[in-house]
Amino acid sequence: MKYVRLDVDGQTVEVPEGASVAAAVATLDRCTRRSVLGGWRAPVCGMGMCFECRVCVDGVTHMRSCLKLAREGMQVITGG
Amino acid sequence: MSHSYDLIVIGAGIVGAACAEAASAEGMRVAIVESGPIGGGATAAAMGHLVAMDDDPAELALARYSIDCWEQYASLPEAEFSRCGTVWVARDERELAGVPARIERLAKAGVHAQMLDAAALYEAEPSLRTGLAGGMRVPAEAVVYPPRMARHLIRLAAERGASLHAGRRAMQLGDCSVTLDDGANLHGPLLVAAGCATPALLPQLTVRPRKGHLAITDRYPGVLRHQVLELGYADSAHGDAASSVAFNVQPRPTGQILIGSSREFDVTDGEVSMPMLRRMLERAFDFMPVLRELTALRVWTGFRPATPDGRPYLGALDETRNLWVAAGHEGLGVTTALGSARLLMDLMLRRAPAIDPAPYSPVRVVP
Amino acid sequence: MLVVGAGPGGLAAAAAAARHGARVGVVDMQPHAGGQVWRHDVAHAASREARRAVAEVSPRIVRHLGSQVIEARGDALLVEHAQGASEMRFDKLVLATGARELLLPFPGWTLPGVAGAGGLQALAKQGAPMAGRRVVLAGSGPLLLASAATLIRHGARIVGVFEQAPAGRVMAFARSLWRWPARALQASQLRLQLTGVPFRYGHVVTAAEGTQRLQSIEVRDAKGVSHHLGCDVAGVGYGLVPNTELAARLGCALDPWGAHTRVRVDALQRTSHAHIFAVGEACGIGGLNAARLEGAIAAHAALGHDREAVRLWAARDHARAFAARLADTFALDPRVLRLAQPQTIVCRCEDVPLSALAPFNDSRDAKLVTRCGMGACQGRICGTALAELGLFGRPDPRPPLFPARLASLACGDSLP
Repeated sequence: MKYVRLDVDGQTVEVPEGASVAAAVATLDRCTRRSVLGGWRAPVCGMGMCFECRVCVDGVTHMRSCLKLAREGMQVITGG
Repeated sequence: MSHSYDLIVIGAGIVGAACAEAASAEGMRVAIVESGPIGGGATAAAMGHLVAMDDDPAELALARYSIDCWEQYASLPEAEFSRCGTVWVARDERELAGVPARIERLAKAGVHAQMLDAAALYEAEPSLRTGLAGGMRVPAEAVVYPPRMARHLIRLAAERGASLHAGRRAMQLGDCSVTLDDGANLHGPLLVAAGCATPALLPQLTVRPRKGHLAITDRYPGVLRHQVLELGYADSAHGDAASSVAFNVQPRPTGQILIGSSREFDVTDGEVSMPMLRRMLERAFDFMPVLRELTALRVWTGFRPATPDGRPYLGALDETRNLWVAAGHEGLGVTTALGSARLLMDLMLRRAPAIDPAPYSPVRVVP
Repeated sequence: MLVVGAGPGGLAAAAAAARHGARVGVVDMQPHAGGQVWRHDVAHAASREARRAVAEVSPRIVRHLGSQVIEARGDALLVEHAQGASEMRFDKLVLATGARELLLPFPGWTLPGVAGAGGLQALAKQGAPMAGRRVVLAGSGPLLLASAATLIRHGARIVGVFEQAPAGRVMAFARSLWRWPARALQASQLRLQLTGVPFRYGHVVTAAEGTQRLQSIEVRDAKGVSHHLGCDVAGVGYGLVPNTELAARLGCALDPWGAHTRVRVDALQRTSHAHIFAVGEACGIGGLNAARLEGAIAAHAALGHDREAVRLWAARDHARAFAARLADTFALDPRVLRLAQPQTIVCRCEDVPLSALAPFNDSRDAKLVTRCGMGACQGRICGTALAELGLFGRPDPRPPLFPARLASLACGDSLP
C-alpha cells in the first residue's frame, strides 16, 4: 500500500493513498470545525452532505474534507 | 364580524410594522392585516443596511431622520444592529472629485462623512482591488436584520393591545373600512403599507416592482469591515434603466458577506436569473477580486417597491384623512421605515412634522 | 447523454448508453466513482461486480469526478469542479443522485465521535482509523449491518448494534427472504461476519454522552429501561432518503416518500420531462439491484431501445418489491421522533436548538428568524430531520444547489 504524507495543524500524518483529508484529520484524533457557538465537530455523513467536515486546505477555507483526496504535502488547518 | 379601530395598518413589512408600533405607542387601538409571514416580503429579501444617500435632498432628510430613530435599537438583540460604517468607493479621480460636495451635503443634513484618499481607502478596506482613487467613509452607519426587527415591532404593538390579523389578505377598501378574505370587516382609518401590493388596493398610486438579486457567502470574518458601495450606486438606484447593477457588499455580524445589487423592471418572476447574477457578480469582482473564491451558500431575489420619482408615498391620500399610505420605498425601506412611521403619526395627529412632508405627498403630481 | 451520479445506477446507465453509441458524461461529487454502496475502500478490494463497473472504461464515457451540479435548467447543467465551472449541455439526462442518510437529532448527537451509520462506513472506507475503536451502531435498517461488517473488516470492536424495529417484524422479514435468494445468501453471509456482535431489537439510542467528545451512549431497551455503554464512536442513522433536489430544480414531478419526496418516473424511468430520466434511490429507496437495472432501462429507453428496456422490467420489479418489504420492516417507531429535547441542536450549521423552532409553523418564518436551514448544508440535514419529525416541509431548491464559489455562479449565463 502506498501512503501520502500531509500536514494537519502543523503535525505530519501518513494515510493510505486514496484516503480523504477527513481520514487524515481523524488519524490524528482531531476534530474538523468549530460550530457557531464554539463546539468542536467531526464528520457525520462522510459523503459531503452535512458540512461538518469543513477544514482549510492549502489556504482555501470551507473545504469538505470527506470529498477531498489527501495529497502529498497538503497543508490542512482545522477549527475554522 | 366587525371590529372598530383607531387605525388599521395593511401590511406588516418593516414599514407597516414600524407604523403599527408607532401608532400603538400613541395610544391608538391598532389592527394589523398581513397575508404572509411578518416581514416576509421585500423586508425578508432586503440587505438591511441603514444608509443615507445624498443625491435626493428629500430622501436624505428622511433617511437622516430615520437613521436617528434607529439608534434607539442599537442594543436590541432582535435588531442585530452592527455599526460597521459605510465606505463609498471612487474608481477614478473624477469620481473622487465629487466627494467633497457629497460630504458637504451630508454634513448639512447632519450626517458625518470623511474623505478617503487612496491610502486611507485601502487602510479601511484592504480587500478592494488596486488602482482605486479613494472614497468616502460614513463611520456611524450600521446594518440590521429586518425580519426579526419587523416581528419585534409587531410584538411591541401587540403588547399595547394591537390585534394582528395574520394570514389574512385585505380584499377591498371602503370608507373607513376594509374587507378581508375571510369576510371580516374592520372599521377605522386605513394605512396602506403594502409595498408592491399597494396598487392592488390603491390603483391610483404607481408602485412598480423592481427585482433585485442578492448572494450570501459562508463565514469569512475579516474580509470586509464596512458596508461598501460604489459612488455610482445612486445612478443605478435612481436611474430608470430596464436593468442595472451596482457594487454593494456588506459584512453580516455572522461573518458572512452579503453581495448586491441588481435592479430590473418589468420582471414579475422571482426566479434567480443567472445572466443577471453574472452581471452583478462581475461588477462585485471588479471592485473586490477576492470575492471570486469565496463560497456562496444562497442566492435569492426580492422586489423593491419603486415609485416614478423614487420617493415613497407618505401621508393622507384623501381629504377625509381616513385613508393613509406609507409605501414605495424602493431600496431604502429599512433605512426610512422608522422615520416614515414618525412622519405618518405627526400628520395623523396634526403635529408639526419633524421634516417637510411635501416631497412624499401621495397626491403629488409627478412630472 | 449526461448522467448525474457515478453510483451503481449511474454507471449502469452510462455503460448501456455507451454500448448504444452515445457520447456520455458522468458527473459525481465524490473523488472516486462507485457512489455509496460501491464506495472505494482504501484497505479492501471491492466486490467483483463493483470493480467491473467502476473500472469499466469506454472512449465514449467521460467521467467528471469531484464535480457538483450547482444549477440546472432546460438542456444544460452548471457543474463546478476544482478548477472552475462549466456548462454541460445534454440531449438526455439521467438522474442517479442516490440517497443520503436520515439523521435525527438526539441529545449529544453533535459530539465529535457521533456520525451516521452509513456515515461511519463511508469514513472507514475513506481511511478513518477504526482499529481497536469501540463502536456502537444504532438507528434502523440493513445499513446498520452492512456498516458493522465494514467496520469489523477495518478492525473495529462492535460493542452493540441497536435496531429500533421490533424483533418480530425483522424476523418476519428474514423469513420472507426466500423470495430473493441472493438477498438471503447475502443476509446469512452478513450474519456470519457479525457473529459475536451484540444485536438488539426494539432498542433506541437516546443520548450521546461525553465532555469534549463521545464517551458513552445511553440506550433504552424495548421495556423502556435505560442502559449506558462506553464507546469511542457511534454510527446512528435511521435509514435513507432520496436526493431529489436536482430533480426538483429541473421541475421534475416528485411523489411523496414517507415524509420526504422521490422522483416520479414511469416504467421506462422517464420523469415528467420526456428527455430526463431518474433511476435508483432517487426514485425511492430500492437498493443496489434496482439501481443497476433501472440505470440500464433508462439508457435503453432514452436512446430509443425500448424493447431492451422492457426485458429488464420483471427483474426490476422484483428488486423493487424487496425494497418495499424493507421499508415496511424498518418503519420508524414514533419514539425516535421525540428524542430531541428543547435544548438539542436541530440545525447543526447554525446551532439552532429545537426550542427556538417551537413558535413557528411555517418553515420560511422559522428560517428567517432562527436561521435554521440557512447554513452550508442548505437544510439537507436539519430540513430532512424536521420533515421526518412532521414539523416543516422542504422549500423549493434555488441555485446554487450546493455551496459554490461565487466565480462559478458567474459562469451560468446561458442558463436562463
